[in-house]
Amino acid sequence: MANITKEDILRTADLVRLELTDEEAAMYSEQITEIITFTEKINEINTDGVKPTTNGNATTNVLRKDEPVVWENREKALENAPELEERQIKVPSIMD
Amino acid sequence: MSLHNYTIKQVEQMLQNEEISATELAELSLDQIKAVDGDVQAFLQVSEEIALEKAAKIDETKAYDKKLSAIPAGIKDNIAMNGLNLTCASKMLENFDPLYDATVIQKLSTEDALFMGKLNMDEFAMGSSTESSAFKKTRNPWNLNHVPGGSSGGSAAAVAAGEVMFSLGTDTGGSIRQPAAFCGIVGMKPTYGLVSRFGAVAMAPSLDQIGPMTRTVEDNARVLEVIAGHDKNDMTSSKEQVPAYAENLTSELKGLKIAVPKQFLGEGVSEEVKESVENALKMYELLGATVEEVNLPHLAYADAVYYIIANAEVSSSLARFDGVRFGHRSEKATDMIDMFKKSRTEGFGEEAKRRILTGSTILSGRDNFNEAYFRKAQKVRTLIANDFKAAFEHYDVIVGPTAPTAAFEFDSVVKDPLTMYMSDMLTVPVNLAGLPAISVPSGYTEEGLPLGLQIIGKHFDEQTIYRVAYAYEQATNHHKKRPNLGGAEA
Repeated sequence: MANITKEDILRTADLVRLELTDEEAAMYSEQITEIITFTEKINEINTDGVKPTTNGNATTNVLRKDEPVVWENREKALENAPELEERQIKVPSIMD
Repeated sequence: MSLHNYTIKQVEQMLQNEEISATELAELSLDQIKAVDGDVQAFLQVSEEIALEKAAKIDETKAYDKKLSAIPAGIKDNIAMNGLNLTCASKMLENFDPLYDATVIQKLSTEDALFMGKLNMDEFAMGSSTESSAFKKTRNPWNLNHVPGGSSGGSAAAVAAGEVMFSLGTDTGGSIRQPAAFCGIVGMKPTYGLVSRFGAVAMAPSLDQIGPMTRTVEDNARVLEVIAGHDKNDMTSSKEQVPAYAENLTSELKGLKIAVPKQFLGEGVSEEVKESVENALKMYELLGATVEEVNLPHLAYADAVYYIIANAEVSSSLARFDGVRFGHRSEKATDMIDMFKKSRTEGFGEEAKRRILTGSTILSGRDNFNEAYFRKAQKVRTLIANDFKAAFEHYDVIVGPTAPTAAFEFDSVVKDPLTMYMSDMLTVPVNLAGLPAISVPSGYTEEGLPLGLQIIGKHFDEQTIYRVAYAYEQATNHHKKRPNLGGAEA
């Protein structure tokens, strides 16, 4: 049976860039333990020699020519950015 | 006149006879939205101007010969439309303009559909009740104390309430079929790859499909015909020829073989739901089909497989929302990492976070989780697909309920994620196998809430599904009932 502790949740949250309160971490620990334990019934099935299904259909390696396309809406696209300076997207400092 | 009482074909006839204009159709839709959407809350944005402008243009030339000329439509808000915010019902994308049209929008536009606006949904299409929307709670038009289902709850409710004649939804584990069942309408989840996903925000890309939601089977066939087809912008898009589904529609069932998996009428399925399916099966026998029970042994594991694969894919799909180039950015951040964290923490709701955390746990290297859960689930997915394949060697369609119960009340399930997930247990197998399936109205509970019958077909055999659905619809009166909402008189 899976046991996803509060500490596990906090560690994962850090990796996926989420901040959790202590209460939230406790709640998710309980719920995610329950969800993952529920999924463990698949262990009843023997899957030796079974190929995994990794996509919605069998199409693979769909190739196209690598040609540049002009995006005419550049200014509008920049407007979606939270902060701009001289037509460049501005973010907080990366280094001290 | 109410849009409720007409099919697309009838409206087409009226337009061509000049008994009604495109502008009048747009106004009928807008009037109904004004009259009932205060109660139903299906719309996140109403695009009155876009609709009226397009209608005027259509009326100018009186070219009413397109497949969807002047038909009022609503679009789930995870499908991109240039100039309208694409929110996914999330604070993360509250003010995001996608700047382009999804392929399905281009196709509807070419056939002159009228876009009435964007419809509410569970945040990023994750949920079964539309309660996880960051903006509003959509109510079930049949009983405002009940949920419309989800995640395409707004799309189902808007059609059921007569606000639009059709809508588009997306279906990753039942998000078209389950709300269609809850709201008493027809919802089709097409074969994976039949409809381009270009411009639809990804939830779990190996499972997601766009599909039509309508009041009748014939309308549904017509809309699918328009939106289906190959698209070079979607690498999983199929090159299969798209048939003229609506034109080819018949209700001839003689010799048709129906399979009913015993797993579909087992534990967790309410008595009323079972009874409505059994009645439908009797009807099918009367119509000349044969019905046999089959055993699809791996179906019982589909829910577990789905919650592993879908959550794993979700955690990856939602990684792109970081507050840098678009979407919500926290104003409290001190440095870059802090900005990622605060933006995501403020932008995502509880269910989105739960799924990101579940998926990332499953994909992590600790205790060999990646292999033990994710890889194992992908293998069982193959076995589920093989079960269907084996059944389809002997049968034309597989039939069962769409959802284990009728629409539940607000707040009754949302506190318990695992129980909420169970409401998808009959719909997720189809997505795992990439198959097409429809939900058609199959009666009402004692309380007056609609129920849905699910019909599953072979890959790219939507035509047979429509035939089986149409025969049942035409032999019953379920689709003629309307919710009692006020608004326009019949």
